[in-house]
Amino acid sequence: MHAELKKYSDKLPKSLLQEIEEKCPASKIKKVAARVYEEYCKTKIDAGEAVGLVSAESIGEPGTQMTLNTFHFAGVAEMNVTMGLPRIIEILDGRKSIATPMMEIFLKSPFNKGKDIHNIALRIKESILGEFVKEYVINIVDLKIELKLNLEKMGAIGVKHALLIKAIDKSLGKEVTSKEDGEGGLVVKLRGRDEKGLNDLYKIKEKLRSVYVCGIKGISQVLPVKRRDEFIVITAGSNMKKILDLDFVDETRTTSNDIYEIRKVLGIEATRQAIIDEVFKVIEAQALNVDIRHIMLVADTMCSSGEIKGITRYGVVSEKSSVLARASFETPIKHIINASLVGEIDFLNSVVENVMLNQPVPVGTGLPGLLTKVAK
Amino acid sequence: MAKKIDITKHVLVPKHTLVSEAEKKRITDNLKLSGSELPRILKTDPALAGLKAKDGDIIKITRISRTAGETIFYRRVISA
Repeated sequence: MHAELKKYSDKLPKSLLQEIEEKCPASKIKKVAARVYEEYCKTKIDAGEAVGLVSAESIGEPGTQMTLNTFHFAGVAEMNVTMGLPRIIEILDGRKSIATPMMEIFLKSPFNKGKDIHNIALRIKESILGEFVKEYVINIVDLKIELKLNLEKMGAIGVKHALLIKAIDKSLGKEVTSKEDGEGGLVVKLRGRDEKGLNDLYKIKEKLRSVYVCGIKGISQVLPVKRRDEFIVITAGSNMKKILDLDFVDETRTTSNDIYEIRKVLGIEATRQAIIDEVFKVIEAQALNVDIRHIMLVADTMCSSGEIKGITRYGVVSEKSSVLARASFETPIKHIINASLVGEIDFLNSVVENVMLNQPVPVGTGLPGLLTKVAK
Repeated sequence: MAKKIDITKHVLVPKHTLVSEAEKKRITDNLKLSGSELPRILKTDPALAGLKAKDGDIIKITRISRTAGETIFYRRVISA
Protein backbone atom coordinates (compact mmCIF):
# COMPACT_ATOMS: atom_id res chain seq x y z
CA MET A 1 0.00 0.00 0.00
CA HIS A 2 1.10 3.56 -0.67
CA ALA A 3 2.81 5.26 2.25
CA GLU A 4 0.39 8.18 2.27
CA LEU A 5 -2.56 5.82 2.39
CA LYS A 6 -1.12 3.95 5.34
CA LYS A 7 -1.73 7.01 7.49
CA TYR A 8 -5.43 6.53 6.91
CA SER A 9 -5.47 2.78 7.50
CA ASP A 10 -7.36 3.09 10.77
CA LYS A 11 -9.42 6.09 9.73
CA LEU A 12 -10.97 4.97 6.46
CA PRO A 13 -12.70 1.67 5.67
CA LYS A 14 -10.74 -0.83 3.64
CA SER A 15 -12.99 -0.63 0.59
CA LEU A 16 -12.33 3.11 0.23
CA LEU A 17 -8.59 2.69 0.63
CA GLN A 18 -8.57 0.08 -2.08
CA GLU A 19 -10.58 2.24 -4.40
CA ILE A 20 -8.24 5.18 -3.96
CA GLU A 21 -5.23 3.00 -4.58
CA GLU A 22 -6.69 1.48 -7.74
CA LYS A 23 -8.09 4.58 -9.37
CA CYS A 24 -5.67 7.24 -8.35
CA PRO A 25 -2.27 8.07 -9.86
CA ALA A 26 0.42 7.80 -7.20
CA SER A 27 1.32 11.45 -7.39
CA LYS A 28 -2.14 12.61 -6.35
CA ILE A 29 -2.82 10.09 -3.65
CA LYS A 30 -2.00 12.41 -0.79
CA LYS A 31 -4.45 15.09 -1.93
CA VAL A 32 -7.19 12.64 -2.85
CA ALA A 33 -6.91 10.73 0.41
CA ALA A 34 -7.21 13.92 2.43
CA ARG A 35 -10.26 14.94 0.45
CA VAL A 36 -11.86 11.50 0.73
CA TYR A 37 -11.28 11.52 4.46
CA GLU A 38 -12.99 14.89 4.71
CA GLU A 39 -16.02 13.65 2.75
CA TYR A 40 -16.07 10.43 4.74
CA CYS A 41 -16.27 12.31 8.02
CA LYS A 42 -19.12 14.41 6.68
CA THR A 43 -21.20 11.38 5.71
CA LYS A 44 -20.74 9.55 8.99
CA ILE A 45 -23.85 9.15 11.12
CA ASP A 46 -23.91 11.74 13.89
CA ALA A 47 -23.91 10.65 17.49
CA GLY A 48 -27.47 10.55 18.76
CA GLU A 49 -29.04 9.92 15.38
CA ALA A 50 -32.07 7.64 15.75
CA VAL A 51 -30.75 4.97 13.41
CA GLY A 52 -33.16 2.29 14.59
CA LEU A 53 -36.11 4.45 13.69
CA VAL A 54 -34.71 5.20 10.25
CA SER A 55 -34.08 1.49 9.68
CA ALA A 56 -37.60 0.60 10.78
CA GLU A 57 -39.09 3.10 8.35
CA SER A 58 -36.77 2.08 5.56
CA ILE A 59 -37.61 -1.60 5.84
CA GLY A 60 -41.25 -1.01 6.70
CA GLU A 61 -42.17 1.09 3.72
CA PRO A 62 -41.07 -1.41 1.03
CA GLY A 63 -42.70 -4.03 3.25
CA THR A 64 -46.11 -2.50 2.61
CA GLN A 65 -45.57 -2.92 -1.11
CA MET A 66 -44.50 -6.47 -0.65
CA THR A 67 -47.79 -7.64 0.85
CA LEU A 68 -49.42 -7.38 -2.57
CA ASN A 69 -47.31 -10.11 -4.09
CA THR A 70 -46.67 -12.52 -1.27
CA PHE A 71 -46.99 -16.20 -2.04
CA HIS A 72 -44.44 -16.52 -4.70
CA PHE A 73 -43.12 -19.68 -6.16
CA ALA A 74 -39.60 -18.57 -6.57
CA GLY A 75 -36.36 -20.26 -7.36
CA VAL A 76 -35.75 -23.52 -9.02
CA ALA A 77 -37.95 -25.93 -10.87
CA GLU A 78 -40.62 -27.68 -8.84
CA MET A 79 -39.31 -26.62 -5.49
CA ASN A 80 -41.29 -23.93 -3.74
CA VAL A 81 -39.66 -21.59 -1.31
CA THR A 82 -41.22 -19.06 1.02
CA MET A 83 -40.38 -15.65 -0.34
CA GLY A 84 -41.68 -12.16 0.09
CA LEU A 85 -43.16 -10.80 3.26
CA PRO A 86 -43.86 -14.13 4.97
CA ARG A 87 -40.18 -15.00 4.69
CA ILE A 88 -39.05 -11.63 6.08
CA ILE A 89 -41.45 -11.97 9.00
CA GLU A 90 -40.19 -15.47 9.60
CA ILE A 91 -36.56 -14.36 9.77
CA LEU A 92 -37.04 -11.20 11.80
CA ASP A 93 -39.32 -12.94 14.30
CA GLY A 94 -36.58 -15.49 14.83
CA ARG A 95 -38.91 -18.45 14.30
CA LYS A 96 -37.49 -21.77 15.37
CA SER A 97 -39.23 -23.79 12.69
CA ILE A 98 -39.49 -22.21 9.29
CA ALA A 99 -41.98 -22.99 6.54
CA THR A 100 -39.57 -24.23 3.88
CA PRO A 101 -36.17 -25.23 5.22
CA MET A 102 -33.72 -25.54 2.37
CA MET A 103 -30.06 -26.21 1.81
CA GLU A 104 -27.61 -25.43 -0.92
CA ILE A 105 -25.04 -28.16 -0.94
CA PHE A 106 -21.79 -27.50 -2.73
CA LEU A 107 -19.73 -30.52 -3.69
CA LYS A 108 -16.02 -31.03 -3.66
CA SER A 109 -14.19 -31.58 -6.89
CA PRO A 110 -14.47 -33.99 -8.74
CA PHE A 111 -18.06 -34.60 -7.56
CA ASN A 112 -19.22 -31.16 -8.72
CA LYS A 113 -18.48 -31.86 -12.39
CA GLY A 114 -21.88 -33.36 -12.97
CA LYS A 115 -20.95 -37.02 -13.32
CA ASP A 116 -23.35 -39.22 -11.35
CA ILE A 117 -24.82 -36.06 -9.85
CA HIS A 118 -28.25 -37.68 -9.59
CA ASN A 119 -26.90 -40.58 -7.61
CA ILE A 120 -25.02 -38.29 -5.27
CA ALA A 121 -28.18 -36.30 -4.74
CA LEU A 122 -30.16 -39.45 -4.06
CA ARG A 123 -27.61 -40.57 -1.50
CA ILE A 124 -28.23 -37.38 0.46
CA LYS A 125 -31.98 -37.72 0.37
CA GLU A 126 -33.70 -39.49 3.22
CA SER A 127 -34.95 -42.78 1.76
CA ILE A 128 -37.76 -44.84 3.15
CA LEU A 129 -38.50 -48.46 2.38
CA GLY A 130 -41.59 -47.58 0.35
CA GLU A 131 -39.42 -46.04 -2.36
CA PHE A 132 -37.65 -49.31 -3.07
CA VAL A 133 -40.71 -51.53 -3.10
CA LYS A 134 -42.49 -52.19 -6.36
CA GLU A 135 -45.23 -54.35 -4.93
CA TYR A 136 -46.48 -55.64 -1.61
CA VAL A 137 -47.92 -59.16 -1.80
CA ILE A 138 -49.85 -60.20 1.26
CA ASN A 139 -49.87 -63.94 1.80
CA ILE A 140 -52.92 -64.66 3.94
CA VAL A 141 -52.22 -68.37 4.41
CA ASP A 142 -48.75 -67.99 5.85
CA LEU A 143 -49.37 -64.52 7.33
CA LYS A 144 -46.41 -62.94 5.62
CA ILE A 145 -45.69 -60.05 3.30
CA GLU A 146 -43.60 -60.49 0.20
CA LEU A 147 -41.88 -57.37 -1.02
CA LYS A 148 -40.99 -57.06 -4.69
CA LEU A 149 -38.09 -54.65 -4.88
CA ASN A 150 -37.00 -52.07 -7.40
CA LEU A 151 -33.49 -53.40 -7.93
CA GLU A 152 -32.45 -50.72 -10.39
CA LYS A 153 -33.09 -47.96 -7.90
CA MET A 154 -31.36 -49.86 -5.13
CA GLY A 155 -28.33 -50.30 -7.33
CA ALA A 156 -28.17 -46.62 -8.18
CA ILE A 157 -27.98 -45.54 -4.56
CA GLY A 158 -25.99 -48.58 -3.48
CA VAL A 159 -28.56 -50.11 -1.16
CA LYS A 160 -28.11 -53.82 -0.51
CA HIS A 161 -30.68 -56.31 0.73
CA ALA A 162 -28.82 -56.65 4.01
CA LEU A 163 -29.26 -52.92 4.64
CA LEU A 164 -33.01 -53.15 4.11
CA ILE A 165 -33.25 -56.09 6.48
CA LYS A 166 -31.23 -54.19 9.05
CA ALA A 167 -33.44 -51.13 8.63
CA ILE A 168 -36.60 -53.16 9.11
CA ASP A 169 -35.04 -54.85 12.12
CA LYS A 170 -34.14 -51.54 13.66
CA SER A 171 -37.55 -49.94 13.51
CA LEU A 172 -39.92 -52.92 13.58
CA GLY A 173 -37.66 -55.62 15.03
CA LYS A 174 -40.04 -56.33 17.91
CA GLU A 175 -42.93 -57.15 15.61
CA VAL A 176 -41.47 -58.81 12.52
CA THR A 177 -38.60 -60.82 11.15
CA SER A 178 -37.43 -60.42 7.58
CA LYS A 179 -35.16 -62.28 5.19
CA GLU A 180 -34.34 -62.55 1.51
CA ASP A 181 -36.63 -64.73 -0.56
CA GLY A 182 -33.94 -65.74 -3.02
CA GLU A 183 -35.53 -64.03 -6.00
CA GLY A 184 -34.37 -60.51 -5.30
CA GLY A 185 -37.22 -59.70 -2.93
CA LEU A 186 -37.82 -59.77 0.80
CA VAL A 187 -40.15 -61.79 3.00
CA VAL A 188 -41.49 -60.22 6.16
CA LYS A 189 -43.07 -62.48 8.76
CA LEU A 190 -44.89 -61.58 11.96
CA ARG A 191 -43.34 -62.63 15.24
CA GLY A 192 -45.56 -64.80 17.47
CA ARG A 193 -47.86 -65.50 14.57
CA ASP A 194 -50.30 -67.70 16.48
CA GLU A 195 -52.06 -64.85 18.23
CA LYS A 196 -51.76 -62.39 15.36
CA GLY A 197 -54.26 -62.00 12.56
CA LEU A 198 -54.77 -60.44 9.19
CA ASN A 199 -55.38 -57.02 10.70
CA ASP A 200 -51.89 -56.92 12.19
CA LEU A 201 -50.48 -57.85 8.83
CA TYR A 202 -52.15 -54.87 7.18
CA LYS A 203 -50.94 -52.55 9.92
CA ILE A 204 -47.40 -53.80 9.48
CA LYS A 205 -47.63 -53.26 5.75
CA GLU A 206 -48.40 -49.59 6.32
CA LYS A 207 -45.57 -49.28 8.83
CA LEU A 208 -43.10 -50.94 6.48
CA ARG A 209 -43.68 -48.27 3.89
CA SER A 210 -42.22 -45.56 6.11
CA VAL A 211 -39.25 -47.43 7.56
CA TYR A 212 -36.14 -45.23 7.38
CA VAL A 213 -33.46 -46.86 5.25
CA CYS A 214 -30.61 -44.49 4.49
CA GLY A 215 -29.67 -40.92 3.64
CA ILE A 216 -29.78 -37.83 5.80
CA LYS A 217 -32.80 -37.48 8.05
CA GLY A 218 -34.88 -34.41 7.34
CA ILE A 219 -33.94 -34.09 3.67
CA SER A 220 -37.19 -34.77 1.86
CA GLN A 221 -36.35 -33.63 -1.65
CA VAL A 222 -33.18 -33.21 -3.67
CA LEU A 223 -32.56 -31.32 -6.86
CA PRO A 224 -29.23 -31.17 -8.68
CA VAL A 225 -28.76 -27.78 -10.33
CA LYS A 226 -26.03 -26.32 -12.45
CA ARG A 227 -24.77 -23.06 -11.06
CA ARG A 228 -22.19 -21.30 -13.14
CA ASP A 229 -19.64 -23.97 -13.96
CA GLU A 230 -20.37 -26.49 -11.26
CA PHE A 231 -23.22 -28.65 -10.06
CA ILE A 232 -24.78 -28.15 -6.66
CA VAL A 233 -27.58 -29.94 -4.90
CA ILE A 234 -30.54 -28.00 -3.57
CA THR A 235 -32.60 -29.79 -0.97
CA ALA A 236 -35.92 -29.34 0.72
CA GLY A 237 -35.40 -29.94 4.39
CA SER A 238 -32.29 -29.08 6.31
CA ASN A 239 -29.82 -30.96 8.46
CA MET A 240 -26.61 -29.00 8.38
CA LYS A 241 -24.67 -30.98 10.94
CA LYS A 242 -25.09 -34.30 9.15
CA ILE A 243 -24.58 -32.86 5.67
CA LEU A 244 -21.30 -31.16 6.53
CA ASP A 245 -20.03 -34.50 7.82
CA LEU A 246 -20.39 -36.15 4.42
CA ASP A 247 -17.03 -36.55 2.74
CA PHE A 248 -18.04 -35.37 -0.74
CA VAL A 249 -19.60 -32.14 0.54
CA ASP A 250 -17.68 -28.87 0.41
CA GLU A 251 -18.05 -27.83 4.04
CA THR A 252 -16.85 -24.29 3.43
CA ARG A 253 -19.68 -23.15 1.17
CA THR A 254 -22.68 -25.32 1.95
CA THR A 255 -25.41 -23.29 3.61
CA SER A 256 -28.90 -23.61 4.95
CA ASN A 257 -31.72 -21.08 5.18
CA ASP A 258 -32.56 -22.18 8.71
CA ILE A 259 -30.88 -19.58 10.91
CA TYR A 260 -31.22 -21.63 14.08
CA GLU A 261 -29.34 -24.45 12.46
CA ILE A 262 -26.60 -22.05 11.43
CA ARG A 263 -26.47 -20.75 14.98
CA LYS A 264 -25.97 -24.27 16.27
CA VAL A 265 -23.38 -25.39 13.74
CA LEU A 266 -21.49 -22.21 12.79
CA GLY A 267 -22.05 -19.81 15.67
CA ILE A 268 -23.54 -16.38 16.21
CA GLU A 269 -21.39 -14.38 13.79
CA ALA A 270 -22.30 -16.67 10.91
CA THR A 271 -25.93 -16.31 11.96
CA ARG A 272 -25.71 -12.55 11.67
CA GLN A 273 -24.31 -12.87 8.18
CA ALA A 274 -26.97 -15.42 7.27
CA ILE A 275 -29.77 -13.13 8.46
CA ILE A 276 -28.39 -10.29 6.34
CA ASP A 277 -28.01 -12.54 3.30
CA GLU A 278 -31.46 -14.07 3.63
CA VAL A 279 -33.33 -10.80 4.15
CA PHE A 280 -31.41 -9.12 1.37
CA LYS A 281 -32.15 -11.99 -0.98
CA VAL A 282 -35.88 -11.49 -0.49
CA ILE A 283 -35.69 -7.73 -0.91
CA GLU A 284 -33.55 -8.09 -4.00
CA ALA A 285 -35.86 -10.68 -5.53
CA GLN A 286 -38.74 -8.21 -5.26
CA ALA A 287 -36.63 -5.54 -6.91
CA LEU A 288 -37.02 -3.27 -3.93
CA ASN A 289 -34.33 -0.90 -2.84
CA VAL A 290 -33.36 -1.10 0.82
CA ASP A 291 -29.89 -0.13 1.91
CA ILE A 292 -28.06 -3.12 3.31
CA ARG A 293 -26.94 -1.10 6.34
CA HIS A 294 -30.49 -1.11 7.68
CA ILE A 295 -30.58 -4.87 7.51
CA MET A 296 -27.16 -5.06 9.12
CA LEU A 297 -28.42 -3.02 12.05
CA VAL A 298 -31.38 -5.33 12.53
CA ALA A 299 -29.18 -8.42 12.30
CA ASP A 300 -26.72 -6.95 14.80
CA THR A 301 -29.55 -6.25 17.22
CA MET A 302 -30.93 -9.75 16.86
CA CYS A 303 -27.54 -11.34 17.51
CA SER A 304 -26.11 -9.00 20.14
CA SER A 305 -26.92 -11.26 23.09
CA GLY A 306 -25.06 -14.24 21.62
CA GLU A 307 -28.30 -15.99 20.81
CA ILE A 308 -30.96 -15.26 18.23
CA LYS A 309 -33.54 -12.83 19.55
CA GLY A 310 -36.45 -12.09 17.25
CA ILE A 311 -37.98 -8.63 16.93
CA THR A 312 -40.90 -9.68 19.13
CA ARG A 313 -42.03 -9.13 22.68
CA TYR A 314 -40.26 -12.33 23.68
CA GLY A 315 -37.06 -11.39 21.89
CA VAL A 316 -35.27 -8.06 21.74
CA VAL A 317 -38.09 -6.11 23.35
CA SER A 318 -37.93 -8.25 26.50
CA GLU A 319 -34.27 -7.20 26.85
CA LYS A 320 -35.13 -3.54 27.32
CA SER A 321 -34.38 -2.33 30.83
CA SER A 322 -37.25 0.13 31.00
CA VAL A 323 -40.68 -1.12 32.08
CA LEU A 324 -42.50 1.62 30.25
CA ALA A 325 -40.63 0.90 27.02
CA ARG A 326 -41.59 -2.76 27.21
CA ALA A 327 -45.17 -1.92 28.09
CA SER A 328 -45.46 0.41 25.12
CA PHE A 329 -44.72 -2.39 22.66
CA GLU A 330 -47.24 -5.16 23.33
CA THR A 331 -49.23 -6.53 26.30
CA PRO A 332 -48.77 -3.43 28.50
CA ILE A 333 -50.83 -4.62 31.46
CA LYS A 334 -48.79 -7.79 31.82
CA HIS A 335 -45.53 -5.87 31.90
CA ILE A 336 -46.71 -3.24 34.33
CA ILE A 337 -48.18 -5.79 36.73
CA ASN A 338 -45.03 -7.92 36.67
CA ALA A 339 -42.82 -4.89 37.18
CA SER A 340 -44.85 -3.65 40.13
CA LEU A 341 -44.77 -7.11 41.73
CA VAL A 342 -40.97 -7.15 41.83
CA GLY A 343 -40.57 -3.42 42.44
CA GLU A 344 -38.77 -2.52 39.23
CA ILE A 345 -37.38 0.98 38.85
CA ASP A 346 -37.47 2.87 35.57
CA PHE A 347 -34.56 5.26 35.15
CA LEU A 348 -36.09 6.93 32.09
CA ASN A 349 -32.85 6.59 30.16
CA SER A 350 -34.33 5.90 26.79
CA VAL A 351 -36.74 7.30 24.25
CA VAL A 352 -40.22 5.80 24.57
CA GLU A 353 -40.58 6.25 28.32
CA ASN A 354 -39.70 9.93 28.00
CA VAL A 355 -42.20 10.40 25.21
CA MET A 356 -44.84 8.91 27.49
CA LEU A 357 -43.96 11.36 30.24
CA ASN A 358 -43.77 14.36 27.91
CA GLN A 359 -40.09 15.00 28.52
CA PRO A 360 -37.24 15.71 26.11
CA VAL A 361 -36.02 12.47 24.55
CA PRO A 362 -32.34 11.54 24.51
CA VAL A 363 -31.88 11.37 20.74
CA GLY A 364 -30.38 13.88 18.36
CA THR A 365 -30.11 17.30 19.93
CA GLY A 366 -31.83 15.99 23.05
CA LEU A 367 -28.87 13.74 23.82
CA PRO A 368 -26.08 16.04 25.04
CA GLY A 369 -26.38 17.96 28.24
CA LEU A 370 -24.93 21.40 28.71
CA LEU A 371 -21.16 21.46 28.84
CA THR A 372 -20.80 24.79 30.56
CA LYS A 373 -22.30 25.53 33.91
CA VAL A 374 -24.50 28.57 33.60
CA ALA A 375 -23.60 31.19 36.18
CA LYS A 376 -26.48 32.40 38.29
CA MET B 1 -17.46 -41.35 6.47
CA ALA B 2 -16.81 -39.30 9.56
CA LYS B 3 -14.50 -36.40 8.91
CA LYS B 4 -13.31 -33.57 11.06
CA ILE B 5 -14.95 -30.40 9.88
CA ASP B 6 -13.37 -27.05 10.55
CA ILE B 7 -16.17 -24.52 10.66
CA THR B 8 -13.80 -21.58 10.87
CA LYS B 9 -13.12 -22.11 7.16
CA HIS B 10 -16.81 -21.67 6.30
CA VAL B 11 -17.64 -18.64 4.17
CA LEU B 12 -20.19 -17.38 6.69
CA VAL B 13 -17.81 -17.48 9.64
CA PRO B 14 -15.59 -14.40 10.01
CA LYS B 15 -12.20 -14.57 11.70
CA HIS B 16 -12.41 -14.72 15.50
CA THR B 17 -9.34 -13.86 17.57
CA LEU B 18 -8.84 -13.69 21.30
CA VAL B 19 -7.82 -10.27 22.57
CA SER B 20 -4.94 -10.01 25.05
CA GLU B 21 -5.37 -8.37 28.48
CA ALA B 22 -3.45 -5.23 27.53
CA GLU B 23 -5.31 -4.87 24.26
CA LYS B 24 -8.57 -5.37 26.15
CA LYS B 25 -8.05 -2.23 28.22
CA ARG B 26 -7.12 -0.24 25.15
CA ILE B 27 -10.29 -1.31 23.35
CA THR B 28 -12.69 -0.52 26.15
CA ASP B 29 -11.00 2.85 26.78
CA ASN B 30 -11.14 3.68 23.11
CA LEU B 31 -14.82 2.90 22.86
CA LYS B 32 -15.49 4.48 26.26
CA LEU B 33 -17.32 1.35 27.35
CA SER B 34 -17.11 -0.97 30.27
CA GLY B 35 -16.53 -4.51 29.04
CA SER B 36 -20.00 -5.58 30.08
CA GLU B 37 -21.62 -3.23 27.60
CA LEU B 38 -20.19 -5.02 24.58
CA PRO B 39 -22.34 -7.42 22.57
CA ARG B 40 -22.01 -10.95 23.83
CA ILE B 41 -20.97 -14.31 22.51
CA LEU B 42 -21.61 -17.59 24.27
CA LYS B 43 -18.65 -19.55 25.55
CA THR B 44 -20.13 -22.59 23.85
CA ASP B 45 -20.30 -20.87 20.46
CA PRO B 46 -18.95 -23.23 17.77
CA ALA B 47 -16.75 -20.51 16.28
CA LEU B 48 -14.80 -20.27 19.56
CA ALA B 49 -13.91 -23.95 19.54
CA GLY B 50 -10.13 -23.63 19.23
CA LEU B 51 -9.66 -20.38 21.17
CA LYS B 52 -9.84 -21.46 24.84
CA ALA B 53 -11.84 -18.37 25.73
CA LYS B 54 -12.97 -17.82 29.32
CA ASP B 55 -15.70 -15.64 30.80
CA GLY B 56 -15.08 -11.93 30.39
CA ASP B 57 -12.61 -12.30 27.53
CA ILE B 58 -13.08 -10.09 24.53
CA ILE B 59 -13.19 -11.62 21.06
CA LYS B 60 -12.15 -9.56 18.09
CA ILE B 61 -14.14 -10.39 14.99
CA THR B 62 -12.87 -9.31 11.60
CA ARG B 63 -15.93 -9.22 9.42
CA ILE B 64 -15.95 -9.06 5.68
CA SER B 65 -18.41 -6.29 5.02
CA ARG B 66 -20.21 -5.50 1.82
CA THR B 67 -20.06 -1.78 2.49
CA ALA B 68 -16.72 -1.21 4.19
CA GLY B 69 -14.60 -4.06 2.90
CA GLU B 70 -13.55 -5.13 6.34
CA THR B 71 -14.88 -4.15 9.73
CA ILE B 72 -13.83 -5.01 13.22
CA PHE B 73 -16.35 -5.96 15.84
CA TYR B 74 -15.95 -6.97 19.47
CA ARG B 75 -17.90 -9.40 21.58
CA ARG B 76 -17.52 -10.35 25.22
CA VAL B 77 -17.55 -14.02 26.17
CA ILE B 78 -20.25 -15.10 28.58
CA SER B 79 -21.15 -18.55 29.83
CA ALA B 80 -24.71 -19.47 28.85
